[in-house]
Amino acid sequence: MLTLRQLVIENTRFNLNSTVFRFNNATSFPLNMDISNQSNDTLVAINQLTFYRGDRLIFDNISLQFQRGKITAIMGPSGTGKTTLLKLIGGQLSPKQGSVVVDGHNVHQIERTQLYQLRKKMGMLFQSGALLTDMSVYDNVAFPLREHTHLSESMIRSLVLMKLQAVGLRGARDLMPSELSGGMARRVALARAIVLDPMMIMYDEPFTGQDPISLGVLLHLIKSLNTTLGLTSIIVSHDVRETSAIADYIYIIDNGKIIDHGTPTQIQQSESEWVQQFINGDMDGPVHFHYPAPDYVDDLLSYAT
Amino acid sequence: MLQFFQNLGHSTLARFNKLGRASFFLIHALSGFPKVAVRPRLLINQLYSVGVLSFFITTISGLFVGMVLSFQGFHILADFGAEETLGVMVAASLVRELGPVMCALLFAGRAGSALTAEIGLMKATEQLSGMEMMAIDPIHRIIAPRYLAGIIAMPILAILFSCIGVLGGHLVGVSLLGVDNGSFWGQMQAKLDFWDDIFNGVIKSIVFGCAVTWIALFEGYDTLPTSEGVSRATTRTVVNSAFAILGLDFILTTLMFGDH
Amino acid sequence: MQHSSTQDTLVGLFVASGIIGLFFLAMQISNLSSFISDDGYTVNARFQNSGGLKIKSPVSVAGVKIGQVSAIHLGDDYRAIVTIKIKNQYNKLPSDTSASIFTAGLLGEQYINLEPGGMDDYLHDNSEIDITQSAIILEQALGQFLFKKSADK
Repeated sequence: MLTLRQLVIENTRFNLNSTVFRFNNATSFPLNMDISNQSNDTLVAINQLTFYRGDRLIFDNISLQFQRGKITAIMGPSGTGKTTLLKLIGGQLSPKQGSVVVDGHNVHQIERTQLYQLRKKMGMLFQSGALLTDMSVYDNVAFPLREHTHLSESMIRSLVLMKLQAVGLRGARDLMPSELSGGMARRVALARAIVLDPMMIMYDEPFTGQDPISLGVLLHLIKSLNTTLGLTSIIVSHDVRETSAIADYIYIIDNGKIIDHGTPTQIQQSESEWVQQFINGDMDGPVHFHYPAPDYVDDLLSYAT
Repeated sequence: MLQFFQNLGHSTLARFNKLGRASFFLIHALSGFPKVAVRPRLLINQLYSVGVLSFFITTISGLFVGMVLSFQGFHILADFGAEETLGVMVAASLVRELGPVMCALLFAGRAGSALTAEIGLMKATEQLSGMEMMAIDPIHRIIAPRYLAGIIAMPILAILFSCIGVLGGHLVGVSLLGVDNGSFWGQMQAKLDFWDDIFNGVIKSIVFGCAVTWIALFEGYDTLPTSEGVSRATTRTVVNSAFAILGLDFILTTLMFGDH
Repeated sequence: MQHSSTQDTLVGLFVASGIIGLFFLAMQISNLSSFISDDGYTVNARFQNSGGLKIKSPVSVAGVKIGQVSAIHLGDDYRAIVTIKIKNQYNKLPSDTSASIFTAGLLGEQYINLEPGGMDDYLHDNSEIDITQSAIILEQALGQFLFKKSADK
């Protein structure tokens, strides 16, 4: 019962920390945990990775590094395989060439059981939330605990309520996933992703299709979870403004290649015209508004002749 | 012409490829059975959705099939003055063929399509992928209990189908058309053998259960993760199951009753 | 997960109904019951010709099934000894009961019909039925008929 007491104490401490989740203090994020001594080493390293889907080249010899305790964003237009990159890191897909090293393990060469051990330490937030539709919010968050641990039901309850409190949905524990809004579903999925206390979380398009309030909530959650839990975060997104607001480092990918990378300020001052068009959302630039076509006037008149 | 052979070769290869994937899938699912045995709750939940929810459609169909069989059989047998053998005819056709086959077809339509849709939607909404990322093997956690439940539920449903069918046949034959009660049952008992007829029928239904559930789960798991993909997979489940049932039934019948 | 107890009950009922159904099929529809229900007494009847009689062929009195054939042997006198097992509840058959082999319908299977006599004592285990009428063999009967016809001319 000592462990349970400790849990409850931890729980209350977490609640204190969770005051940072309130939004009256939007711009400052207190660093509650000392993670600075680790901040320089790499948790995830992608080396010279090439990946084909069918005959289509998705990634052409790219290399990326993700620093421990930092929020790293991968940005690029839709359809550039950003989600594929996350699946490669998670070991769900295998590359044609190159390697993905997570916490010192080559994801595609370790054995299945080791990969599963590693995945317990990697949370992933899917675009849709990927909540199990036949279970309540509570059971969804408890799911990884019930599958992987032999904790008593009272312990599971404490842990689940703790994580739900962290995302502000402790009161929604009895709802079914179909009763949740998109933003709430993502928050529940976030609670589920952190319930095993992972070392990193991968976010797949967390901001897509969210109303401004949900968006604000998610932004704050991602940033504050990163600092309070000492997580390493990888965000895949094409929402430039939101992502640059919280990211420590940004990679921009297009056509299977890394176009540019750097801190948000460096990206802002990028010399690449393409990057400027992408981050500013300009209508015309290196990417033309018009799909390649013959001359407009010729085309219009061609029928008459 | 060359194009035709090219297409033929391509689709044959694609089919073999799919069969290979389905075989790996089956082996993977079977390897999850010990895990299901440790957690019977998972199995009970699936027995409910696969078995209990198919109960009504199965028994009602069984009742009507038995009644119609009895009605039609009576008029043919009456021409030969052999109404007493009505019970034999109804029971033998139900226990040997109609019970397992009709029940398996109904099962494919009711439970099989539901399984495909469920698994397909879980794939389309990234639930299976999500589970993998939570270090939980979806084939062990989701597929294996459903597969075991299908294998268990199918023979139970077929037995119930036959029982209710015989009772329906009795209702029409004895109560309505006036066949003697004693000879209805007596002839039946004299002609039908437990091992040759009933046991073989149960074996058939277990084989059908394995085949239909396998097809349903694999189609769901292998679907394209879009709504169109799921709906197509559901249709494929019903069609492929029907072919599998009829083909297997022919093979099994030849093996079991061939020497009679 | 709240509904799991009703779900458990329904699944339990479902499995139980399957077992009961199998039991019903075994007992009521197949011949398995005849191996198990051993209560009954046996009597022997000697026939000139047992025809298409088989083990498990029904034995009836006035159309009511009271037992079945349990064995058919060839006796020393080259007659067929048919052993009949009769259910215990039908123990009031007079000792001069006669047995005949009939055919159910024109093409139906053969069965033994017992015609009760008028004696005061009853058939018991291992008693013998003396008055028997053999199966009518259709070919034989037809042959006799044709033979007689031609003889008449």
